[in-house]
Amino acid sequence: MMKKRSVMHSIAAAPHIFWAILFIVLPLIIVIYYAFTDDTGAFSFDNILSLGEYVPIFVLSLELSVIATFICLLIGYPLAYIMAKAKPEHQKIFVMLLMLPMWTNLLIRTYSIMAILDDGGLLNTILGTSMHIVGTKGAVIFGMVYDFLPYMVLPIYTCISKIDKHMWEAASDLGCNTFQVITKVIFPLSMSGVISGVTMVLVPSISTFYISQKLGGGTFELIGDTIERQFVTGAYNVGGAISLVMMILILISIGVMNRFSEEDEGGIIV
Amino acid sequence: MKTIRIALLLCLMLIFASVLCSCGSEDDGEVKRDYPTKTLNVYNWGEYISDEDDEECGLFDVNSAFEEFFNKNLADDYGFYVKVNYSTYATNEDMYAKITNSAVAYDIVIPSDYMIQKMINAGLLMPLDYSKLSNYRNINEDFKGLYYDPEDIYSVPYTYGMLGIIYNSEFVDEEDIAEESWSLLWNEKYKGKILQFNNPRDAFGTAMYWKDLDINSNDPTVWNQALELLKKQKPLLQGYVNDEIFNKMKGASAYIAPYFAGDFLTMAAENEDLNLYYPKEGTNYFVDAMCIPTTSKNPDIAHEYINYMISVEAATANALYIGYASPNKAVTDSDYYKEMLSYNYDTEYVSAWDVLYGKSKDEANASYSHNPAYMDYYRDENVDIQSHVNSLWESLKTENSTELWIHITSISIVVGVLSFASYDIYIKKKRSKDYRMRDKAKKQQK
Repeated sequence: MMKKRSVMHSIAAAPHIFWAILFIVLPLIIVIYYAFTDDTGAFSFDNILSLGEYVPIFVLSLELSVIATFICLLIGYPLAYIMAKAKPEHQKIFVMLLMLPMWTNLLIRTYSIMAILDDGGLLNTILGTSMHIVGTKGAVIFGMVYDFLPYMVLPIYTCISKIDKHMWEAASDLGCNTFQVITKVIFPLSMSGVISGVTMVLVPSISTFYISQKLGGGTFELIGDTIERQFVTGAYNVGGAISLVMMILILISIGVMNRFSEEDEGGIIV
Repeated sequence: MKTIRIALLLCLMLIFASVLCSCGSEDDGEVKRDYPTKTLNVYNWGEYISDEDDEECGLFDVNSAFEEFFNKNLADDYGFYVKVNYSTYATNEDMYAKITNSAVAYDIVIPSDYMIQKMINAGLLMPLDYSKLSNYRNINEDFKGLYYDPEDIYSVPYTYGMLGIIYNSEFVDEEDIAEESWSLLWNEKYKGKILQFNNPRDAFGTAMYWKDLDINSNDPTVWNQALELLKKQKPLLQGYVNDEIFNKMKGASAYIAPYFAGDFLTMAAENEDLNLYYPKEGTNYFVDAMCIPTTSKNPDIAHEYINYMISVEAATANALYIGYASPNKAVTDSDYYKEMLSYNYDTEYVSAWDVLYGKSKDEANASYSHNPAYMDYYRDENVDIQSHVNSLWESLKTENSTELWIHITSISIVVGVLSFASYDIYIKKKRSKDYRMRDKAKKQQK
């Protein structure tokens, strides 16, 4: 009986395993292969050792994405809270409004923001000013917040709306005012949503290359741009090495982040 | 009742339409021969072929016209029909990577000069059979035997062009352009309104042409000199850009940018203030040519395709659509092309013919020749120089790239979150310790 079931299991899992190997494991192996070889295909540590010169770029990417993630959290948490507290029929509208911009491709949205904020763009034309926005770090952070905000709001919203209504009542009964209910009960209970929201914003922000290219005016590079340029100019080995190190660093930071989340809830990854 | 009526009406319309359709095909009177269809994979730059029917501007969809031409006239000879599968790339390097890695066997590619040289050296291109290219005589003699393919074995020229400096005549003073020099890109008067290429090859090129450095130098110190110039230019720039240049120049977000003459015509058609000059110090001169990769599965059809593309009709439509200069003598000699070019692209300040072929209209009518004497090609860089240039580009991008407020904000966020989290953990530990103490105390009481 047991054996039969496990055969059925493996048959059912086969497509998923195939998919995972083809699109997750195999590309990873290719990245690792390129990271540890030179042009001729011989084993070498040179790529990894040469990464020292990319440290400033990596630090800048990390800093910008930390700031963007924090802003996302500041805007996103209250929004998720309001959504979860709203009447069910209003909730649907909120979720729709939040998802609506995501129906447009990220590249198109970013390009449109560039057209709006540009020196001779829509905003400056309407206001009659000549603000220089595109090409600054602020514009890149704005782009990250704009593009990735839904990824912050949705997990938190799901998490808060799952919290048992009796928790709120109990907290109020025991003498908490609204503010205390939020800080002492709701926020700790929604921590897993916050953690996954932070991860889902932080990771794509660190590795983005399009936003920084368009809204950063190309005057500085983020690590995603560097990787893209390496691959475009055919320097696969260095590109692979940077990607590998970045993956490891992101993995570590997610691991650290999950340390702080509830032990019993468990993190989303690692 | 109403819905039934609508449904009936729809049914009727459908029947009527199908009857009409079948009538149409019967009227054609052509018996469809039973040949298999082969696919021709064409890989070209984006926006680099006439792909719309617009009689007024002299355009037609070249790819479907080729299919029609082939299936009507040549299908009997070859014994199959052809369908063109057209895809595009954005840079030579993208194309190179795709050709070397992709499983798709492309039959036609259209790389630039230095890339053709690189591909020939890598053995990626197939020698062409020029006897199959009856229209090859249309190609201007000046474009035969160029450095990348000196014996004309692998390539048939498609377009050519030069790099110029585009400026907005409303905002840029006349005395600054009188010199016609690259130095305009370093003019402090236009700080924040100047654009530069966002790829090392072209960006370094602007500095090297200006100071008369060898753009194909193998000496790293030459490239270092150019880097110093680019570092000096960086604070003056609005940004390093690629295709954003179109919107930025059209909308007057920026006033000065180096770019290719053909694309300038497209921009000028939408913003009449734009103008262009070729810097006196010399500038980049490029040729894009059609080639057949060795992986091609249908070299015969590929030859027919190339032959069709250099026919007067197709080449004229392409030249009018793309706006780049044509190496096709049959095109440049025709009055129709001159008329349509001027109709499509001339503005108050700009004569498209002048921009592309460097002569006034009257002169051009008399004779046509181009003068590459003061222009220069990019050649394929060797690997060491390429990685050196890459790391120089890196240092250009990282210079002064970070600002103090970013360090302060991000560090304070991290410190804040960490201290909040550790405080939280501390409180929880303390609380559970308290509970345990209380439990112990209770037990002892019992």
